[in-house]
Order: sequence, then C-alpha cells, then structure tokens
Amino acid sequence: MITFTDVTKVYPDGTIAVGGLSLTAPTGRITVLVGPSGCGKTTSLRMINRMIEPTSGSIAIDGRDTATLNATELRRGIGYVIQSGGLFPHRTILDNIATVPLLLGWDKRRARATALDLLERMGLDPALARRYPNQLSGGQQQRVGVARALAADPPVMLMDEPFSAVDPQVRDQLQDEFLRLQAELGKTIVFVTHDIDEAVKLGDQIAVLRVGGTLAQLASPDRLLADPADDFVADFLGRDRGYRGLAFAPAPALPLRREPTVLLGSTADAARAAAAGETWLLVVDAAGAPVGWVEPDRLAGVVTASDLHRGGTVARVGGSLRAALDAALSAPSRRGVLVDESGRLAGTVRAHEVLEAIEREGPGGP
Amino acid sequence: MTWFLDHVPQVWSLLVTHAVLAALPLLLGLLVAVPLGWLARRYPRLYPPVVAVTGLLYTIPSLALFILMPLVIGTGILDPRNVVVALTLYTVALLVRTVADGLAAVPDHVLQAATAMGIGPLRRFLAVELPLAVPVIASGLRVAAVSNVSIVSVAALIGVPQLGSLFTDGFARAFLDPIVVGIVASVLLAAAFDLAILAGSRALTPWVRARGAR
Amino acid sequence: MNLLLEYLGDPAHWTGADGLLRRIAEHLLYTAITLAIAALIAIPLGLWIGHTGRGRVVVVNIVNGVRSVPTLGLLFLAVLLLGPRLPGDIAFLAPSIFVLVVLAIPPLLAGAYAGVDEVDPQARDAARGMGMSPWQVLVRVEIPCALPLLFGGLRSAALQVVATATIAAAVSVGGLGRLLIDGQAVRDYGQMATGAVIVGVLALLVDALLALVQGLVVSPGLKPVPALRTRRPNAQHPEPAPQAG
Repeated sequence: MITFTDVTKVYPDGTIAVGGLSLTAPTGRITVLVGPSGCGKTTSLRMINRMIEPTSGSIAIDGRDTATLNATELRRGIGYVIQSGGLFPHRTILDNIATVPLLLGWDKRRARATALDLLERMGLDPALARRYPNQLSGGQQQRVGVARALAADPPVMLMDEPFSAVDPQVRDQLQDEFLRLQAELGKTIVFVTHDIDEAVKLGDQIAVLRVGGTLAQLASPDRLLADPADDFVADFLGRDRGYRGLAFAPAPALPLRREPTVLLGSTADAARAAAAGETWLLVVDAAGAPVGWVEPDRLAGVVTASDLHRGGTVARVGGSLRAALDAALSAPSRRGVLVDESGRLAGTVRAHEVLEAIEREGPGGP
Repeated sequence: MTWFLDHVPQVWSLLVTHAVLAALPLLLGLLVAVPLGWLARRYPRLYPPVVAVTGLLYTIPSLALFILMPLVIGTGILDPRNVVVALTLYTVALLVRTVADGLAAVPDHVLQAATAMGIGPLRRFLAVELPLAVPVIASGLRVAAVSNVSIVSVAALIGVPQLGSLFTDGFARAFLDPIVVGIVASVLLAAAFDLAILAGSRALTPWVRARGAR
Repeated sequence: MNLLLEYLGDPAHWTGADGLLRRIAEHLLYTAITLAIAALIAIPLGLWIGHTGRGRVVVVNIVNGVRSVPTLGLLFLAVLLLGPRLPGDIAFLAPSIFVLVVLAIPPLLAGAYAGVDEVDPQARDAARGMGMSPWQVLVRVEIPCALPLLFGGLRSAALQVVATATIAAAVSVGGLGRLLIDGQAVRDYGQMATGAVIVGVLALLVDALLALVQGLVVSPGLKPVPALRTRRPNAQHPEPAPQAG
C-alpha cells in the first residue's frame, strides 16, 4: 500500500506541480493517475521512488515513510517503467533485464536465468536475448522495459506512460498482456497516463488530477464514468460516458434466441430455406463459429466468404453489457451475435433486450 | 606595440594575402562540395565511400600536403597555389559531409510538396533543398574558415609569405612582438570570417529569424 | 616521385642517429606523451561537465577559442617564453609538448562532454530509477554510452597531434618534421616529400589503430543499425579535427 499524505511539490520558480495530494494506492491493485498535462501526475509518480523529493508531506510504502529510507535502496525495491523504455543501448536485452538483480548483488548466472525467464514470460522470443535495444521494435522494447522492471520481483511497480510511444494496435495488445500478467503477479502498481481510455481499461481505481496537482476525483472506473465529481472530471472523461460505463456493468443473463444459420459453402437454395423469409441470415463455419451475415435473396450459387457482411461485432456470453449492446447495434439484422467460451454461436440478442437488462441491473448510475 | 606601429603597412599586406589564401579555398571548396554532397545524398550508396575518402584526406597533415602538392599538380614548391589547392581539399573534406547531412535534414514533406507542385529535380534542389540546408552548410563553412585561417600560417615554413611569416621572422630573431601581432591578427581574421559567414547565412535565411529560432 | 623512391631506397636513410626509424619512433613518442597528458586532463573534466551539466559554456568557448589560434605562432611563442627558463635538452621539447597538449585538449574535452551529454535522458532516468548511485550511473551507463563520441574526440586529437608534431620540428625538436624542415633548408625535395608521405601514412595508421580499438571497446548496441535511417546533423557533435599542423 502506498500512501500520499498531503504531498506538495513546489519548484524553485514557484510553479506548484503537486498541491496537497492525499491518496492511497492499495496493495495488489492498479492505481492510475490521469489528468491533462501539468496536473503533476508524473511528478507524483516520481516522488514515490524519490526521483523527485516532495516539498512537504509524506509518502509511505506499507507504512514506512520513504524519506527515512536510502534512496538507491528504495528504488532497487520498486519496478520502474518509463515511456520509451529507457533501455540501455550498450547492453544486450538480457543484460538490460538483469540490471536490478545485478545491482542487488545476485550472482550472474541466477540474474541471467531470471532475465531469460522473464523474456519468455513477456512473450518475447528468447533469441532476442543477445540482441541490442536498437534492433527491436518499439513494442518489443516496451515489453523489455516491463520485464526489466519485474526482474527482481519488486512488490511495487511505477509505470510512467509505458505504452504511449507505440501505435494503437500494439498498445492494445500490450495493455491486454499487462492485465493478464498483473492477474498472475498481483503487484501494487501506480500507473500514469494522459489517456482516459487507457485509465478506464487498466485501472482498479483512477485518480483524476487537475492542473496544479490536486485530486479531482478518486474512484473505480465504473463509478467515475457513472458519477463524475464535477464538470472538470466530466469534461475530461469525454462523451459516451454512459455507454462506456456499460463495459463495467455486471454481466447479466440475457435472453438468448436460437438463430437459424447456414454453413459457409452451402447453396443459395439452402440459405433461402434456412432464412425462412428473413432478410439476413447468419453464416457459421464448420466449427460452429459465426463468420458473418448474408442476404439469401441476393445469393447466386454457393455462400462464399466474399458474400459475407462483416460489420457485426461478436460478444461473449457473460461478457459486458457494452459488448452485447454493440453486437446488436452493429449487426445488419439488428440481432447481436453471442458466442460461448470456445467461440461457437450461443444465440442472438436484440438491442431492446439488452436495454431491458440494463434497466433491470443498472450500470451503477446515480 | 611600437613594433606594430612601425610595421602597419607590412602587417596589412601580409593580412590581405593571408585572407585571400584562406578565403579562396573556402569558395572553391564550397563549389566542389555542393555537387558532391548532393550526389552523396541523392545516391545513399555513395555516402559511405564519399565520407570515407574525404575523411582520409583530412588525416594528412597540412605541412605534408603543402609539400606534396607540387608532385600532384606540378607547381614549384614556393607556389601559393599549393596552399590554395591543399586548403581546398581540406574544405571539401569538411563540407561534403555537412552538405549531405544538411540536405538530408530537409523535411521529406517539403520535398514532396515541391515535387507535387511540378518543380523539377534541379530546380527543386536550387530553389528548395539548398536554401533550406544553408544554416547547416554555413556551420560547416565556419569551422572550415577558422581552421583554414590557422593552417595558412603553417605555409610560412615552406616560404609562402602571409601572417605566418611574422612567426618565422620573430622566432628567427627571438623577438616576441611580431609573433604576438601575428597571432592577434590571425585570431581577428578568423573571427571576421566567422562573423561574415554567419551574417551571410542569416541574410540568406530570413525565415530562420522570423521563426524566432536564435 | 623518383626522388621519393630514391630517398626511401637508401638504407642509410633508415637507420642511424637521425634515420627514418628513429624519427618515426620520436614522432610516435611525442604523440603518445601528448595524448596521455591531454586525456588525463580533458576526459575527466569533460565527463564531469557532461554528467553535471555545469560549465557547458566553458567547453564551447575553449573549443572555439583554441581552434582559431594559429598553431605555429603559439608554438614559437611558447618556445621563446618558456625555453629560456628550462634546462638544455627539454628547452624546446617541453614547450612543444605543452602546445601539443593545449591543441589536443579541445577535441578530447568536446568528445567526452558531448558523449555524456547526449546519452538518452530516458536511459539515464531509468538507471537512476532502478537504484543506481550517481557514480554507477556514470560508470555503468553514461561512460559506455559516451564511448563513440569520446573516441571521435580522441581520434581528432590524435590526428591533430600527429600533424602538429610535424611543425614542432621548426623549433629544433625531433620527429618526422625534421625531414621536412631540414629538407627545406638544404633544398632536398626528396627528403621533404619522403617526410610528408611518411607522416601522412603515420596519421592514417594511428587513426586506423584507434578505429580498431574503438571497434573492440564500443558496445555493438551503439553502432548505427544497418537499416536505412535518415541522418541528422547534430550541432553538439564534436566537429571533425580542425587541423592546424
């Protein structure tokens, strides 16, 4: 647990970077600091491992005031990941990852074995171990950065916009991997980002900071979306808050309908028979996974991949209300496709049915 | 000081010769380096050999180059042309890479915009790339100028008269005044070259100042 | 060209008290002594300035200032001023080495300073954030990353010294410059050309040797990636050796 108690940081020129911040980052959880530039989020993060010293107030980790600890030893016990990785260009990937273990005096073999293990755990090819950072892609470098921070298995991790320097697709992937890893490791993480969507996706709790380094709101993502404390937070969260909030709604039992289907490769006649007069017909593959919609009346010959309308998204049974609603809204038939764990068709649901479920369950609104 | 006052006309004439011997190679070197730099930029495969060869030129000590010049261009040992050609080589060595790098620093979107407007390669080079590379080229030229002014004086050892002659004269007579005057005159000349190139570069690139960058 | 070959072909020119071999040895000795002294002064200073960020202005001014001072004048001035205060043998040599050191310092200083100064701030930040002490940051991250530019400075300085040591013959010290100066005195162009060629070759060899050492010492991770990358000129890189000699 990391506790900020009335922490301020005033720079010599009088700029107040952080103005009286008090908050707690619970053990084993991801706390995201988010806010516009100049809100002191990075400064706050860097005060935890004393890269920046607070002007007043105190920061404690598990009840121990960091000001009383030796700064370098404190830092060796805290994982630190920064924006573009900050990898050492003159060291191999393996030696980069082994940095902190070696600083802590582990013997070389053990440090390297651990590093190699982490490399694989981060989904990186072990063959990269002997390469140098400039031979890696941005996404790979970022993974190495995370692996390096994890090397000595620190209980606390500080992450400063670790995924913002990579392209959106890779970022999404890195975020998913990060969440999976955190589910296994359960580190106490403080994560800085300027991207509210990233905050909502990753945070167990989110601290929204305003310029001048004061706390505007501290809440879980669903509470934040449902009940912004003030106009600043509401503006910062942006549009579609209600809809985005559905992503956190408890998965309700939706009334699934049986959907007529046709196998990819069937004849047009078979398709028309299956559709039984409906304009749109769902096509599945041999494994029973939905692949897209067709209009049987427009078919000539057999149902091929090029006939498919692929606009519809697919939601998982027991997934979020947002995914189910989106599936219904995006399907040309307006029937949202739901699949089971193994990706096989489970049935379809209509938008009004999802909305009724929302009315019943409520996304946690005010 | 009295020595200087007694010898103003002599020092002045040495200064003028010195200035010419240092300036001429700058102009010639620039004329050679711009097309070479363009080639190295246009054909990336040429870049490494061009940089390597010109870098090699730079390793040859100046006194050695002055002495070897007659072997290459068939002049007499006392001919000032030896100095001009040798310094031109140094200037080219220094500038080719600067020109190539300066051209490489011109943003790609600017070049594409120029091409899209139907400007041909040669006009694009003269009207767009070269002007935008001026600040970088000028910085290389300033280094070359200061270095040339210093190197010219070495030619006094092989008997080509300029400010360096004050050093050899003074040393032969164990007399400090001419040496000090020579050093001061040489440093001032270098500073004058430096300022002149800087002023020229600024005059050629009004947009740099308009943007407020320095 | 024939004069050159004739001179080189005569074994008498190679050995003996003022033979070529001895001149080459002297030249290399001056170069080594100078570089050692200059490196001891300039490299720690440059590293310190780069590490602390204090005194950048001093570096720029020293580098530019020394560059515009004519070497020959400085050499003569040093010998005339210092020579009479020194005992016989070193009366000419010590002032010459002094001037060579003065000339070698700026490129070394600039290389060491720029090398550390240009270390990726993120790498430095990460090093600190992972719990390296300031000394560890310097030794484990900044210095290894500074090596390419530091070697650039060292090679510039070496070329500068090899070249200027030639001129030092004008004040009666040894080295390959003797062939040029003595040849000039007796109008023996063969001797002059020989000296010029050897000194040129020596400069190339010294540079090649340092390049070799650089290749062995600098981490492969710091070498440019073979993939096509746009080169960006960087105002902070030490300029190529401004030759004075």
